[in-house]
Amino acid sequence: MSPLRNAQKWLDERLEWDDLIAPLRKKTVPKHHLSYWYFLGGITLFLFVIQVLTGILLLLYYRPGANEAFESVQYIMTQVQFGWLIRSIHSWSANLMIFTAFAHMFSVLFLKAYRKPRELTWVSGVILLFLVMGFGFSGYLLPWNTLAFFATKVGTEITGQVPVIGKPMMIFLRGGEEVTGATLTRFFGFHVAVLPGLATLLILIHLLLVQRQGISVPPKLEVEWSRNPAAKREMKFFPNFALRELMAWYVALGVLGALAAIFPWNLGVKADPFVPAPAGIKPEWYFLFMFQTLKLIPPKVWFIDGEVLGVLAFGWIGLVWLLLPFFESDDPAHPKPWITGFAVIALAYVAGMSVYGHLAK
Amino acid sequence: MATHNEGINRSDRLSAPVPRRRLVELLLGGGFLATAFAFFYPVLRYLIPPKASDLGSDSVVAGHVGELKPNSGKIFRFGARPGLLIRTASGEYRAMSAICTHLSCTVQYRDDLRSVWCACHNGMYDLNGRNVSGPPPRPLEVFEVQVRGEEIHVRRRREA
Repeated sequence: MSPLRNAQKWLDERLEWDDLIAPLRKKTVPKHHLSYWYFLGGITLFLFVIQVLTGILLLLYYRPGANEAFESVQYIMTQVQFGWLIRSIHSWSANLMIFTAFAHMFSVLFLKAYRKPRELTWVSGVILLFLVMGFGFSGYLLPWNTLAFFATKVGTEITGQVPVIGKPMMIFLRGGEEVTGATLTRFFGFHVAVLPGLATLLILIHLLLVQRQGISVPPKLEVEWSRNPAAKREMKFFPNFALRELMAWYVALGVLGALAAIFPWNLGVKADPFVPAPAGIKPEWYFLFMFQTLKLIPPKVWFIDGEVLGVLAFGWIGLVWLLLPFFESDDPAHPKPWITGFAVIALAYVAGMSVYGHLAK
Repeated sequence: MATHNEGINRSDRLSAPVPRRRLVELLLGGGFLATAFAFFYPVLRYLIPPKASDLGSDSVVAGHVGELKPNSGKIFRFGARPGLLIRTASGEYRAMSAICTHLSCTVQYRDDLRSVWCACHNGMYDLNGRNVSGPPPRPLEVFEVQVRGEEIHVRRRREA
């Protein structure tokens, strides 16, 4: 017997490993012309792992604090060998991860994979998306540059618009009335401890649910396959799908490496609370559609403040979004058309407003 | 192998894909290895901290005349490391590294013993930095002292 087999047997005698991976052996992935969309969740997971690894590396040199943060990132970028690369990968991977998470969400929506029994998978996924945006928002401040400083100021100010709980929430986020070094310390804590803990837990739940329920088939195919079981096509998860997924990760790694090396992330100018905000200041692209909407709402709508109205509307839509699967019908032959319509409008709105926000002065 | 006995044509057809497959495996494996190298090399280099540029010069101002009473000592910064400046009972200035040669604790001047003492493991040095008792294995590095006007300059001794 080979040493590898021996080691496997030794472990199996103690861990009953075979029972643990038996479901993985049996797991299959439906095979159809839209199967490629199944890769997106895995790519998002892969980018999350990259974030954890590069994040730990950045922690070796990063120092939180208004007097040190900018200088320590500058040190990473200029003094530490390959520090610029590690930081660029972290920034690029963050942006790609948010993009793939959005793409994954919309693909799930259009393939109607959120239907019964997968409502909780959808809910955990949407919460994960909110967490990922929280990662983006908190991480953006950490280099303590001018853009980050004002983005945080505006972002937390918007939180403050929420009726009743807004103001206390803003003070909690800022660690005081203003954005200061205290805010940086808090955001650092959220970014490296609170959010990673929550995200890891939710990812485990999300994956466990996917594992328990298997991979969804679009309703049209589901109806077709249940009428004619001979037409059903699937592939084994391991190794057939896993190897394809691995290749997708390899491509993602290649894209990420190229972006980070060719377009290293900027550091900008150190934040100074006592200089005016630079012209044309904008948040990161994934907040742009909300930012642009708030800009377009008139200051007073009837008797409500425009900002308050916008924040309440986004809160309401976010809640509906989170609970979307519970409005869907259980019959795959007759899905509710308004949900698809809502998804199309949402995608068009987010994409359109983002482009508009990007081009607007 | 059995297939070899069944005719040349057939064995040709069967054996031809094998080297091709091996080439593909080699390319794929080589690609993965190169990727792994491209991944780990920057990380390993990143883990090595850059050299600190703290020792700007070999000479510092350790103190001012009149700051130290006879039979006393003080710690001064020599770059990133502590140094010990002593004024002996006879009024003479001495300077040496304040890092104990045993386990790198910071030593101090004991006016009651008139010698340099390390509190961690009771190591003792004389006023020339020589290890006289306790665990220290080597003498302390001794620096040159020059009094220029009001300032006491301390310099690392040039190796001859």
